[in-house]
Amino acid sequence: MTDQAQPPSLYAAREPIFPRRVSGRFRNLKWVILAVTLGIYYLVPWIRWDRGPSLPDQAVLLDLANRRFYFFWIEIWSHEFYFVAGLLIMAGLGLFLFTSALGRVWCGYACPQTVWTDLFILVERWVEGDRNARLRLHRQQKMDVRKIRLRVTKWVLWLLIAVATGGAWVFYFADAPTLFVELFTGQAHAVAYGTVAFLTATTFVFGGFMREQICIYACPWPRIQAAMMDEDTLTVAYRDWRGEPRKHSQEAKTEPMGDCIDCMACVNVCPMGIDIRDGQQLECITCALCIDACDDVMERIGKPRGLIDYIALADETREREGHAPRAIWRHVFRPRTLLYTALWGGVGLALIVALFIRADIEMTVAPIRNPTFVTLSDGSIRNTYDIRLRNKNNEERLFRVFVKGNPALRVQLEGTPYASVTVPTDTSLLQRVYVIAPPGSDPAEAARTDLRFWVEDLSNGDRAYKDSSFSGKGDAQ
Amino acid sequence: MSKVPPKQEGDPNTTGHSWDGIEEFDNPMPRWWLWTFYATIVWGVAYTIAYPAWPLVSSATAGLLGYSTRGEVAAEISAVEEANAGINAQLASAELTEISADATLNSYAVSSGAAVFRTWCAQCHGSGAAGFVGYPNLLDDDWLWGGDIEAIHTTIAHGIRNEEDPDARYSEMPAYGEIFEPEEITQVVNYVMSLSGGAFDPALAEPGAELFADNCAACHGDNGLGNVDLGAPNLADAIWLYGGDEETLTETVTYSRYGVMPPWTQRLTEAQIRAVALYVHQLGGGE
Repeated sequence: MTDQAQPPSLYAAREPIFPRRVSGRFRNLKWVILAVTLGIYYLVPWIRWDRGPSLPDQAVLLDLANRRFYFFWIEIWSHEFYFVAGLLIMAGLGLFLFTSALGRVWCGYACPQTVWTDLFILVERWVEGDRNARLRLHRQQKMDVRKIRLRVTKWVLWLLIAVATGGAWVFYFADAPTLFVELFTGQAHAVAYGTVAFLTATTFVFGGFMREQICIYACPWPRIQAAMMDEDTLTVAYRDWRGEPRKHSQEAKTEPMGDCIDCMACVNVCPMGIDIRDGQQLECITCALCIDACDDVMERIGKPRGLIDYIALADETREREGHAPRAIWRHVFRPRTLLYTALWGGVGLALIVALFIRADIEMTVAPIRNPTFVTLSDGSIRNTYDIRLRNKNNEERLFRVFVKGNPALRVQLEGTPYASVTVPTDTSLLQRVYVIAPPGSDPAEAARTDLRFWVEDLSNGDRAYKDSSFSGKGDAQ
Repeated sequence: MSKVPPKQEGDPNTTGHSWDGIEEFDNPMPRWWLWTFYATIVWGVAYTIAYPAWPLVSSATAGLLGYSTRGEVAAEISAVEEANAGINAQLASAELTEISADATLNSYAVSSGAAVFRTWCAQCHGSGAAGFVGYPNLLDDDWLWGGDIEAIHTTIAHGIRNEEDPDARYSEMPAYGEIFEPEEITQVVNYVMSLSGGAFDPALAEPGAELFADNCAACHGDNGLGNVDLGAPNLADAIWLYGGDEETLTETVTYSRYGVMPPWTQRLTEAQIRAVALYVHQLGGGE
């Protein structure tokens, strides 16, 4: 390239954003959600739950090594992973539901990126002051003692939050009190340290420095959300038909003016650095802080609140013509959201039903087909089955195995003269089982006889069964 | 989003390709891309020097690092062998009849025995140990040389009818084609068929019984129940190694059968032999 005109750069440097402090009902709601979600995240691994001597006492634990997931009174084994899949489907449908009804509420209130950024901005404000003080500090070229002190204090506080965040994550995968001690005494596994380090780094960088850039450039959700929103979706918007033409209050009031006094309060509080008065835009996470800021100003100048508000697009024409907007519930309850709710509830109901009907004892039966049968010296025909017995109780149990289907069939367990076998606590046991048909009996002569394996927990009489079949000589002789 | 600037007079940076008036810019590659590309070339060349790569006439360059996948496998195998050395020593030295009472040792022996079986034994006895005509089924409760753990161990260790092992056992049934007349063979065969409850000709079986008592009962027993000390099969049960029909039995009596099994002490360690013996013993027929 010579001195020709360069094509414009595709790179845009980040414009620092200094959100001003704001108070109001949405800000209060966000504080509550922040406290609750962070509280759940940091504290849940520490809840204890007594499961007896041989199982972990942690209420919520993802025991990857033993492939168990403990959630209070629920214990999920790896072959029941469909519960997790079901929960993920519910999470997806829930996101669809909330987005179609209320726009990007997830982004604005509950997304970890939003919650931690909010927390980091709070710390920033405590250390460096509100918007104007932070702006001054940012523009100050000289790195004097005060600036260094403020910066270092802020970064140290951020780093502490980030370490706590990364640290809390690993407690979900191991016994929290044990791991806590191990982490500090250098005895924890390298994977634990690596995970803590990684999540510390992401929390520190995403919450402290990248902030809205994650939402704008890294997150796929802003691109997908448009497909789930329609004209009835309630979203943060500016009533430009009421606010325009905007003016500064000191200007002459010669012509009819809108309610907007162009005080920039809505822009100054925005964590995404946008002007909501420009209309709906990709960057807006609908955190509603501009609503709080504008309501505050409207109250002070004696105008009705709601110049910026949760508005459905369908109401715009209605309001422009001077009609009142439709009630919120009429926007929220519409076929689309009802369908999402029904699907969400259906999956949830199915999971709950599945949770309650699953048995505490389970078995799988695998007939051995190599060979299909063995002839014994007295002419009996023997079939072999691998039976896996699962004992999900927190004590060892004695299981009796028997078959039904044909009275001639006799059961024998490998390695024991008894009809019962002990399955230790919280494990599965592979037991080889022989079924023998006496010479000349129907199952011995027929090619195939259906049979049903039963297993009975001798301590409480619980039973489970699996169907299988018995292979006899058939035409093979 | 960026806007493409309007084409200016004398702007040479196009490839000259034009489709429907749309021209293609001739921009240079991004630098990061170009340097990554060069780096991959350097990496590729260095890789062929460091690792085995260039084919020669009968082999290939060995590479400066001396790495080979075969060597890696060998290292892994020796690591596993080293890790198992302790339990293998325990297996080889423990009292044979008491191993099955030790849950850990037994479970190790049965699983490693299964691997040994699939490698060395499955060719004749089948992967499911169900045998084949002439190769005994190891799942049933009929044993030529005994089915307790020690008998199975002896059979595996020394084999049957082989020259390599002086302790190998032989079952010596004469070929009665050289001793009996053909009709005498038919008579004996019919008597043998009567022992296991099959169809037979009583007129032939009656003289056959006398011939059996004089010639066969010494090994197979008076009632044809066999003798595991001599490897003489039980003729009164439902299990036939070569077949229990008249034609096959006639062939067996006429020519006799000389099944062979190699001795495994020469190829397997004592721990492996014990492991496979324990594996076979727990297949369902062990005594």
